Amino acid sequence: MDGTLIIFWAFAALAGFSGLACITRRSPVASALWLVVTLFSLAALFVLLDAQFIAVLQVLVYAGAIMVLFLFVIMLLNLGRGGPTDLKGPLGLGLGVFLAGLLLVQLLVLRQTGTAAGGPARAALEQGMIAAVARPLFTAYLVPFEITSILLLAAIVGAVVLAKRNL
Amino acid sequence: MLLGPALTVSGVLFALGVLGVLLRRNAIVIFMCVELMLNAANLAFVAFAQQLGVAGQIFVFFVMAVAAAEAAVGLAIILAVYRHRHTVDLQNIDLLKG
Repeated sequence: MDGTLIIFWAFAALAGFSGLACITRRSPVASALWLVVTLFSLAALFVLLDAQFIAVLQVLVYAGAIMVLFLFVIMLLNLGRGGPTDLKGPLGLGLGVFLAGLLLVQLLVLRQTGTAAGGPARAALEQGMIAAVARPLFTAYLVPFEITSILLLAAIVGAVVLAKRNL
Repeated sequence: MLLGPALTVSGVLFALGVLGVLLRRNAIVIFMCVELMLNAANLAFVAFAQQLGVAGQIFVFFVMAVAAAEAAVGLAIILAVYRHRHTVDLQNIDLLKG
């Protein structure tokens, strides 16, 4: 248990550091690559939380597909270098840091008060495996699952219509 | 248990995402910060799923699908905006500003 906690905090620190680097790097390409590091360390955290299937999906879908799409658009628009003044001015900076800090304090206070999660953790083997996730997906959550496919179809058509120069 | 630490990490990452959205001007970077916030929410879902059953992981699945759709449409919008204004700097995209 102690070793698990050490590994957890190591990957959590990596996620926090790379998230910070992602929002502070000037070049969008560097931002995107730091975000990939964040997504990978989140996948490691998912494994530690007994969600192996979600961790695989995280690497395949997020770090694989979505971030490639981001990098593709960045390089298509030739934004690799990034302008000199991407961050906002001192007023915006102070206000942004204040609001984000306020939100962070609220979230941490909420975490202190409201985490009365019931019951001990299930056995690791019955969770996270593909069958345990897939069975409710095709029974109890069948309708949302099908609606998701329609959403993806609509997104594909919408992206083509928006990005094509003239249909 | 890892629930408490996971929720802490989730809150920190969400606040980082909000900070990025508030600080940056590049539309694509802001978009990536939104993805960071979605991932923070996913981490909270997975942490609760460890204790309360597998439904949380199924919600993460749906969040990922919505994020993929959002990335495709959002990047197409950014492409279309860039084609008209030749910038993705949100300071220069102020058509709706009075």
